[in-house]
Amino acid sequence: MSGTYVGLPSFPRAAQDSTKDTRLRANLTHATHTIRAKRAAAVGELADWPALRAAGAAIKDHTLRHLDHYLLQLEEAVTAAGGTVHWAADADDANRIVTELVRATGETEVVKVKSMATQEIGLNEALAEAGIHAYETDLAELIVQLGDDRPSHILVPAIHKNRREIRDIFTDAMGRWGRPAPQDLSDSPAELAEAARLHLREKFLRAKVAVSGANFMVAETGTMVVLESEGNGRMCLTLPETLISVVGIEKTVPSFRDLEVFLQTLPRSSTAERMNPYTSMWTGTTDDDGPRTFHLVLLDNGRTDTLADPTGRAALRCIRCSACLNVCPVYERAGGHAYGSAYPGPIGAILTPQLRGTATELDASLPYASSLCGACYDVCPVAIDIPQILVHLRERVVQGGQVTLRGSRTTIKPAKGHATERAAMRAARWTLDHPAAWRTTQKLATRTRALHPRHAPGHTGKAWSDSRDLPELPAQSFRDWWQQRERAASAGKDTGKGPAAGGAGTTGPGVGEGGSR
Amino acid sequence: MRVALFVTCVNDLLYPDTGRAVVTLLERLGVEVGFPAAQSCCGQPQFNTGYRHETEPLVRRYAAAFDDYDYVVTPSGSCAAMVRDNYPRIAERAADEGRDDGLAEAAAAAVPKTYELTEFLVDVLGVTDVGAHFPHTVTYHPSCHGLRLLGLGERPRRLLEAVRGLELRELEGAEECCGFGGTFSVKNADVSAAMGEDKVRHALDSGAQVLCGADNSCLMHLDGILRRREAPLRAVHLAEILASTQEEPYRPARPLPPVTTGKTRP
Repeated sequence: MSGTYVGLPSFPRAAQDSTKDTRLRANLTHATHTIRAKRAAAVGELADWPALRAAGAAIKDHTLRHLDHYLLQLEEAVTAAGGTVHWAADADDANRIVTELVRATGETEVVKVKSMATQEIGLNEALAEAGIHAYETDLAELIVQLGDDRPSHILVPAIHKNRREIRDIFTDAMGRWGRPAPQDLSDSPAELAEAARLHLREKFLRAKVAVSGANFMVAETGTMVVLESEGNGRMCLTLPETLISVVGIEKTVPSFRDLEVFLQTLPRSSTAERMNPYTSMWTGTTDDDGPRTFHLVLLDNGRTDTLADPTGRAALRCIRCSACLNVCPVYERAGGHAYGSAYPGPIGAILTPQLRGTATELDASLPYASSLCGACYDVCPVAIDIPQILVHLRERVVQGGQVTLRGSRTTIKPAKGHATERAAMRAARWTLDHPAAWRTTQKLATRTRALHPRHAPGHTGKAWSDSRDLPELPAQSFRDWWQQRERAASAGKDTGKGPAAGGAGTTGPGVGEGGSR
Repeated sequence: MRVALFVTCVNDLLYPDTGRAVVTLLERLGVEVGFPAAQSCCGQPQFNTGYRHETEPLVRRYAAAFDDYDYVVTPSGSCAAMVRDNYPRIAERAADEGRDDGLAEAAAAAVPKTYELTEFLVDVLGVTDVGAHFPHTVTYHPSCHGLRLLGLGERPRRLLEAVRGLELRELEGAEECCGFGGTFSVKNADVSAAMGEDKVRHALDSGAQVLCGADNSCLMHLDGILRRREAPLRAVHLAEILASTQEEPYRPARPLPPVTTGKTRP
C-alpha cells in the first residue's frame, strides 16, 4: 500500500491526540450524526431492504468464489470493446504501469476522479516522482490535496474540515496549483463551490489524460461504472483523450443486471440518496465519443491473499459506501487519520490488516480499534459481519498462525508486545476453569479490598483510571453469599423453615454487606 | 422447570447485589433458582481479545455446569450473547482445526437454554409487571450486545414502564455504544473514555437520578466516570430495580441523588 502511510503511529497513540482535538470532534460529530439520520430514513423507505442486502451479499460472494472466471471474462470483454487490460500484482506494479502509460502520451499532467484504489497504492506520489502532476477533481479530494493533507473518510475525504478551514485552504493554496481563489472568498458553500468549479474547469479543459477508479466492473460486457455526486468525475471520464482506470479485482460483478441491486443500496447507504446523481458507464472506446484510448489496470495488492481466508474474505464484499464509518462511535471520536490507511473506520480496521498484513505496530493495532458494538454490521448493505472479522484478525495478531502471503501459505508469528497479555489470558482461563482457584482468587480480592485504590497501578491500570474510578470491591462475592444462604436454609429446614422464609435469602438487594454502588 | 442463575464472573466478584436481586426477583415470581458452583466465566474477554483457544475449556465448563437445568438465566446481555452467538462458532472453528473434544455438543446444549434476564421474564415467564416499586427517575442505556446481538428490543423498557413509581426519561443517543467493550476500554483508553463521557453527558442531561442498564460491565465503566466526576447520577442494574418492592425497597450503599428537572418522556 501507499508509502504515504508508512511509519504512522499505532491507532491508540494517534487517537490520543485526535480525541482531544475539540474542533475535529465537533466537525466529525456534526457530519456523522447528520448522515446517520438521513441514511436511516432513506433505507427505511425500502420495504425490501433486507432482501436487497442479502442479494448484494450473495452476488458478491458468488463473484468472489468464481473470481478467476469472471476476471478472464472481463478481460475478454474489455479487450473486445477496444480497451487494454493490465494486471498489477501489487502497488509498485500498478504505479509503474500507470506511470509508463502516462509517459507514453507525452503528458505531464493528469486529472483524477476520486479513487480509493489509487489512494491505496499512493499513485499521486509515484506520479510526482516521475514528474507528473496528478490533479484531484472531486471537491473534497481537492480540499485535501490543496491542504497538503490526507483523506480521512471514504466518501467525504475532507469530513474533518469545516467551512472556514476550507475557505482558508482555498485562499492559501489555489493560486499555487492553478487558478487562484477570488480575493474576497467567503465561507458560504455556494461561493466555495463556485471557486472550486472555476479552478477545476481550467484543469478539465486542458487535460489529455485522466485516471479513475470504478465502483463496479461488469464481466459480461466489460463495462466500468463510476458513481459520484458532483459531475466532476464525468468530466474526467469524458473529456480527456486517454483514460486509465485502476480498479481492485473485487469490484467485479457478473452481469449488467446485478447492478440493479447495488444502484439501490449504494446511494442510500452512502449519501442517503434514493438515486445516485451521476452514474457514468463506459465500455471500452467509441469513435467520436469520449476517450480514444482506454486502459484498465486490475489491482490485486493483497486481495487474492484476503480471498484465501474463509472468514476474512467477506471484507471483499465491500462496496465502499462508508455507512460503517458514519455509524461508528470509534471513528467519530478518533477521526479517519488515526487508521493510517486509505480505508478508515470499521471496514478499514478489517481491510487494511488483510491487504497490508499485521507486521507493523499500526496494522496490528487496527483490529482492536473497535468496541465490537456491532453498529457497523447492522448498517452494512452487503452484510459484512465486521465484528466477527475483527475478532478473527485479533487472533491472528496475538496468536499468529497460517496466512496466505503473495499466494503461498505461510505461518506468521504473533505480533510483538503481546507476551504478557497472552500469559495473563492463559492464567485467567486456568483460574476460571478451576473453581477452587477461582474462589481463592475472589477471597483474596475481597479480603484485601481496603487496599484497593481508586486509581489502579501499572500501565493497564493507568489506562483505566486516567478517567474512571475503579469499582469498589464488595466484602462478599455472590457465591459466598449463596453458600451462606444455602447453609442457613438447610439449618432452617431442620427447624421447619423453608429457604424463602428466612435466613440470608430474604435479604433484599443492596441490603447485605456487599452493598457497593 | 429447572432454572439456574449464571451470575457471570464480573457480577460474582464485583456486583453480588445484582445476583441477589435476580434470585429475589425470580423467587418472588415463583421460580426456584439453582446456582451450580462449577460455573465461572463465559470466556468473552478471552474470545474478544483474540484468545479463542483459551475459551474452549470454558465452553465445556459452561455446558457441564448447567447440564441439569432447563433454563440458564443471566443478568448480562453480553454474556448471554457470548454463549448464543459465539459458542457455536468456537465449536465450528475447533472442528475446522481438527479438534472437537465435545465442543459441538457443549455448544448445542448451551445455546437454546441460555436467556438474558429480560428475555426470560418476558418470553418464558410471560410477565412484564413484576410487582416492583421504585419511586425514582430512571434513564435506560441498552447495551450493544443485548440490543444488537440478542435483539432484546422493547423488553427492558416494557419491564421498566410497569414498575410503580418509576419515571422513565429519554436518553439521547441511547443506542450508541458506551465505550466499554471489554479490553477495548484499556487498549483504546482515550477513545473509550471519550465515548463514555458523551454517554454520561446525555444521561446527566436526562435529569434522571438513576442510569439503568442490564450489563454491569458497561455500568462499571460509566459509574467509574460518574464517580470520578462526583456526578449526581447512580448506575444501577435493571435487576436491582425490578427486585425492589414497597416492602423491601432498593437501599443503595450511597443515597441516590435528588430529583432534578429534565426532559420527561412524552
